[in-house]
Amino acid sequence: MPMAFMLQRNKAAVKAPKKGDGFEFMLRTLVPFLGVFAALAISAVVLLMLKTNPIVAYSAMLQGAFGSISGLSQSLVKATPLLLVGLGVCIAFRASVINVGGEGQIILGSIAGTWMALSFPDLPSAILIPACMTVGFIAGAFWGFIPGLLKARFKVNEILSTIMLNAIALQFMNFLLQGPMMDPEGIKAGTFLAQSARLPESSWLARLIPRTQLHAGLYVALGFAVLVYIFLWRTTIGYQIRAVGLNPNASRYSGINVPFNQMLSLTIAGGLSGLAGVIEVMGVHRRILEGLTGGYGFTGIVAALLGSLHPLGIVPASVLFGGLLVGANTMQRAVQIPAALINAILGLIVLFVSGSALWIHNIIKKRKTAAVVLAPVKDAEQ
Amino acid sequence: MAGMIQQVQMTGIVKRFPGVLACNNIDFDLHAGEVHALLGENGAGKSTLMKILYGMYQLDGGSIAIDGAVRRFHSPADSLDAGIGMIHQHFMLVPTMTVAQNVALGQSSDKKFLLDLKTVTERICELSAAYGLKVNPNDLVGHLSVGEQQRVEIIKALYRGASIIILDEPTAVLTPQEVDDLFIILKKMVKEGHGLVFISHKLHEVTALCDRITVLRDGCKMGTRPAAGVERHELIKMMVGRDLKELSHRDYKPGAERLTITDVRASGDRGTETLKGINLSVHAGEILGLAGVSGNGQLELAECLIGIRKVDSGRILLDGLDIASMKLNERIAKGMAIIPEERMRDGAVNDFSVQDNVFLHDHTDKEFRTGIFLNFKKMAAHAKKLVGEYTVKTPTLETPIKNLSGGNIQKLIMARELARKPTVLIAAQPTRGVDIGASEYIHQRLLMQRDAGTAILLTSEDLDELYALSDRIAVIYEGTIMGVFLRQDTDIQTLGLLMAGIRPGDAPKPDLPIASCEG
Repeated sequence: MPMAFMLQRNKAAVKAPKKGDGFEFMLRTLVPFLGVFAALAISAVVLLMLKTNPIVAYSAMLQGAFGSISGLSQSLVKATPLLLVGLGVCIAFRASVINVGGEGQIILGSIAGTWMALSFPDLPSAILIPACMTVGFIAGAFWGFIPGLLKARFKVNEILSTIMLNAIALQFMNFLLQGPMMDPEGIKAGTFLAQSARLPESSWLARLIPRTQLHAGLYVALGFAVLVYIFLWRTTIGYQIRAVGLNPNASRYSGINVPFNQMLSLTIAGGLSGLAGVIEVMGVHRRILEGLTGGYGFTGIVAALLGSLHPLGIVPASVLFGGLLVGANTMQRAVQIPAALINAILGLIVLFVSGSALWIHNIIKKRKTAAVVLAPVKDAEQ
Repeated sequence: MAGMIQQVQMTGIVKRFPGVLACNNIDFDLHAGEVHALLGENGAGKSTLMKILYGMYQLDGGSIAIDGAVRRFHSPADSLDAGIGMIHQHFMLVPTMTVAQNVALGQSSDKKFLLDLKTVTERICELSAAYGLKVNPNDLVGHLSVGEQQRVEIIKALYRGASIIILDEPTAVLTPQEVDDLFIILKKMVKEGHGLVFISHKLHEVTALCDRITVLRDGCKMGTRPAAGVERHELIKMMVGRDLKELSHRDYKPGAERLTITDVRASGDRGTETLKGINLSVHAGEILGLAGVSGNGQLELAECLIGIRKVDSGRILLDGLDIASMKLNERIAKGMAIIPEERMRDGAVNDFSVQDNVFLHDHTDKEFRTGIFLNFKKMAAHAKKLVGEYTVKTPTLETPIKNLSGGNIQKLIMARELARKPTVLIAAQPTRGVDIGASEYIHQRLLMQRDAGTAILLTSEDLDELYALSDRIAVIYEGTIMGVFLRQDTDIQTLGLLMAGIRPGDAPKPDLPIASCEG
């Protein structure tokens, strides 16, 4: 038989989902941002109805988020936990598991890290900081492992179990902050604030720019983006996770342990969220306090989706969302609009971005059929 | 019946899909009182051409004339009004409704807003009597066999006054006996003045039933021949574009017993016992064909053998070792391999590249990894070798496998499984939905593997395929083995009866009573 097979490219494949021709790449990168603009355009109408000048509002937003060193740093500060949570969501999603437990995992990670730092204040930074991060990762991972195990063993829906674990983690933190972990200084002074003691200085993450909160945790998060990319596309475990997510049946038929990989992906996702928590503590607040999670556990999901579930796409997506969070605050102050509207605008962005992902998918599919010389009109599926 | 269509003339039909010319200037005509076959491989354009006639697709060029008058159908409703009906491969029936209710569905009744089931039932009985379509109008469709459901579809089309009926691969789901019954009905319909289009890729059916045969290939018409006296190989050449190699006949020298299945029982997905004590053995260097209408336990048996489905009781011996409780990976390590029945669901990850699909199991093999890191260089080399060796047509190794044709995907799955040099191979419906060229190749590979000493269990619904390949043939019916025969000791008739659950000597099944039609 003739060798009908021609290899156009012989080099080992790096199977990134963004691969494709220039047009496809442009579509995939550009359209989500157009989606953001479309959402902002619709929000502008709402703003007009509230008798607010959208141009003033949006310029305040832009100015607040990226217009100054302090604004930009603040956006990056918020982007750091979003990126870590988003990376975890990405790994879980690749195994077709949805991790809505980011909030709880952040809390567990921050508690464990704080405990570590407060228990060993005399260790040098070079040991204490990695130790805190490790402990935080493990605690978060444990909080992801529980729903993972429940799913693997009893087919418990992970969306429900992770949300419930969020509630448990939150109450656990409240208990600790009003009891065993309450700041002794606060008790002495009689303020009884629900917060932990201040972390020893040896556990603080370095500030990158003076008089801002921007801290070295950003580097850690960026490093993990690269690691997650390598993990998913270069290792056997990453390969299995992606196979399980794309086709659990074929994976099963090939001897890949589907429940185990789903559990593993949720555990790693939990670990990354836990890491986000401990970094937030060591870099920004230097103690645990109420409201520490800041909704990162949920917003991180959106950042992961906006980054088309690709580690390197989640980086800019996190920065964008960090900026939106910061800018929205500035906008609220500048034009006096209700906080609920800010949430609505963020929601619209999510809607448009996920919608555009679907749209791109259809366009590419159409182009693919057009490109195939003789596509099977109907592959018999009797 | 008044107003029967005498002639349908399709001239110069062109249909484009994005980037594909599905129908390239095809002429097709049909007279009342004949069966005209449309023969061709998957993707040749048969269904597309007929869906244009049925109004499901709009033509991009050419014209359709009914009895000399040019017509244009914008929807199936249009063509139904004109008297053209179509029986699809997948039946469009509501299983929780009765036959009469299904037929009445979507029909306007004389009583405006009320459902007039009585008239419908009477009309069904008339049609049923006139054409020998044995169906009880009051039966739930969900309780009917596939063959009976098909009759309901035919009744539906007749009820709506179709004088031209298009049948899209009607025999694909039937047992040989059901096929015979269907042919009797179809011949009766022709006698009554209907015109039938019979879409198929099975040569012997086409030559047995039809008056004229039109062959399509790659969207082009290759010619029309009268069925009488046409040579089989001529039709194949028109369909495939070349002659097929005949499978050479081989000596049957079975080796040691490799796979022994003893009294295996297992439950199906719905929890009911699907395998009711299976006993089979497969020897080295033989192909054991497992005949049966799909849904009689073949899928469950394959899953039990490979280790995806739990065996409730019984033993599965691989070279004397009981593997019934082993994990799939252990079984593969011991020499098992499977070509899954549902290729796209169980055999391949659609969005993975060709290369990645080669390593669904073997990526954990030490040869293809360094620690936890995949060794892309070695993976690419191995994938390239298999793709070349098995003539898989793919632009690159990075092409997503879903962009390949069914035949090429199957070749790749086969390459992947055979590369491990298995001692026992389970090949479940390996050529279903695969074009003739690839089927031929897959058959040759299976025989090569047999000659190399592999024990092969081949399940298929296609008796011709089983006959061509198997050394012994077993028949499965409702989870039990009805019998095992040497190939030369049996014939299609016997196998067909066993596939329907009738053992030789059993009293023939009584005809279905049509209670509501009596009197």
